[in-house]
Amino acid sequence: MATARVQNIDSSRRAPQLEKSRTGISGFDEITRGGLPKGRTSIVCGGPGCGKTMFAVECLVRGATQFGEPGVLMTFEEPAEEMAKNVASLGFDLKDLMARKKLVMDYVHIEPAEIQETGSYDLEGLFVRLQYAVDSVGAKRVVLDTPEAIFSGFSNQGLLRAELRRLFRWLRERGLTTIITAERGEGVLTRHGLEEYVSDCVILLDHRVSEQVSTRRLRIVKYRGSSHGADEYPFLIDEQGFSVLPSSSMRLNHPVSRDRISTGVKDLDEMLEGKGLYRGSTALVSGTAGSGKSSLSAHFANRTCTDGKKCLYIAFEESPAQVVRNMRSIGIDLEAHVKKGLLVLEAWRPTQSGLEMHLLQIHKLIERHKPAVVIIDPITNLMGGDEHEIHAMLMRLIDFLKAQQITAFFTALTSGAHKEIEMTDVGISSLIDTWLFVRDVELNGERNRCIYVLKSRGMAHSNQVREFVMTDEGIRLLPVYVGGGTVLTGSARLNQEAHEMAEALQRKQNIEERRRSMEQRRKAVEAQIAALRADLADEEARANGNVAEEEERERRMTQHALEMANRRKGTSIEKRRGRIAGER
Amino acid sequence: MKASSGAASKKSAGDGNTPIIEMKLYVAGQTPKSLAALSNLNKICKEHLHGRYKLQVIDLVKKPQLAQTDQILAIPTLVRKLPVPIRKIIGDLSDLERVVLVLNFKENGGAK
Repeated sequence: MATARVQNIDSSRRAPQLEKSRTGISGFDEITRGGLPKGRTSIVCGGPGCGKTMFAVECLVRGATQFGEPGVLMTFEEPAEEMAKNVASLGFDLKDLMARKKLVMDYVHIEPAEIQETGSYDLEGLFVRLQYAVDSVGAKRVVLDTPEAIFSGFSNQGLLRAELRRLFRWLRERGLTTIITAERGEGVLTRHGLEEYVSDCVILLDHRVSEQVSTRRLRIVKYRGSSHGADEYPFLIDEQGFSVLPSSSMRLNHPVSRDRISTGVKDLDEMLEGKGLYRGSTALVSGTAGSGKSSLSAHFANRTCTDGKKCLYIAFEESPAQVVRNMRSIGIDLEAHVKKGLLVLEAWRPTQSGLEMHLLQIHKLIERHKPAVVIIDPITNLMGGDEHEIHAMLMRLIDFLKAQQITAFFTALTSGAHKEIEMTDVGISSLIDTWLFVRDVELNGERNRCIYVLKSRGMAHSNQVREFVMTDEGIRLLPVYVGGGTVLTGSARLNQEAHEMAEALQRKQNIEERRRSMEQRRKAVEAQIAALRADLADEEARANGNVAEEEERERRMTQHALEMANRRKGTSIEKRRGRIAGER
Repeated sequence: MKASSGAASKKSAGDGNTPIIEMKLYVAGQTPKSLAALSNLNKICKEHLHGRYKLQVIDLVKKPQLAQTDQILAIPTLVRKLPVPIRKIIGDLSDLERVVLVLNFKENGGAK
């Protein structure tokens, strides 16, 4: 018993994940962790025009083209011709797929007016058709586009339900990965309650308009036997098909790089350890209107393209042509990069669509162009709505960029008094790796720009405030003068510069003067020393002379004494001295 | 099944102003419903149509590709191809009178 139980637990632990079929729909396979349940039936439901059919058809087409799984498209509302035309706008060529035996279409049409019911029947015809279609291409995927339409064609609803249930069982027995679309009913997921029979996976699509901006959203209501993202995910349908925007991954495990890339402004690189930004990091430049954020962006774009890398520049305030023209005035030729295909300049109105749509559009652009650098100027234009939502959106975007090792460069427009400027962006500051701040300094009737590095993760950045000057050769960052608690810029700086130059000259002169007087003093002292030495030598000489004289005198006196003694013929001095000693 | 795959058709000259009725009966294998439909139809033909008809019985198990052309969903289905308009009768055709009524239906309200 005990062992059996252990084995049970073990096997359940080891039980393989539910097998899944990749849809190939961008973003969807991520949130479902692999796609739709393989060999099972999924329901896609939603209101009219929410994109159910598009979703199903794309899944079928991608299955046939990317995953080698031919498909059957059985439509109940649209003739095959019309369907082919409708999805052609998404770039899907159904006719070609049919010609290549990768797809079969069957339009099931019921004309209630020409049908009479007498006695009992079943829907075997539907099964026959489906079987035939599946066999003719060896289909692995089946789409039934709104089978609920048959409810209007027959009177015996109970029989229809039973037959649909039989159909789902039939599909499952054959291991066909099936998508059924269904119209959303009042207060229920599908009008005829199909989700009761099909419970493996239910996907709800929604199309809502808030503040005149429409947003499409997708939610996985149910996914039996699999974990899945539970959020509402925004999605987009455009000429590349369906794309779902996955929300940010919860884990912070994106790769990091130690490579550095230049910002394109030499002086700014200098402030960042002389090397610039980390590759794959996120930089933000905040500043008031006209503080030079776009110019910095353009420098960065220019540098990236000059290095032969791709750059995506998204402008929310100016048209691409305007950006190109304006940047030419500071000596940057963006047009050349655009022509080479290195720079992708995109501009659209921030009010054009909802927040998620922007994000999705950015995603798609990034996926299409695979840039090394993404510039968004300014990101604050996206921030119309709810602060929490913006934070979440930015986090998603930044996560996405980091995961792909793309360096992001955002600008943010700030307003208000100086103290509050830094406060307003606190919401996003935690997401930013390098935060530059450009601010105005008004002094002496002038408005000048200062830039400083507010933070820069992982590097010993400069703590200097530099003056930001735009020349026709680009941006220069000059050291500013700090004195008496104020920062001097512009002409005040020039004044100060002149002043300091004069002071320096003065100091230099002073030093010269002092050096001269020192020299003189040294000379004087040396002269004194020489004089003293001369004196000393004099004295020494004199002293030496005296000694010699004394000695001479002594010698002479001794001589004299000897002579005296000899003359007396008496005892010598020595004898006399000896007698004296003997008397004692 | 004796009249499988469209081979069996019955024919008669008919008189000048009553048009020949062209019919197709779709079945799927020899299910009780199919067999019932066929026997009911045979009865109707004998008693009411007096040789003014053509009948083709199609077994979809053998010829599944034919299901799409006539938009067959329910089994059994009797399709009246001629005279126009097309009429479809689904079920085992147990309501004989009704079947006859539908088969004799004319566009300008003739058979009612």
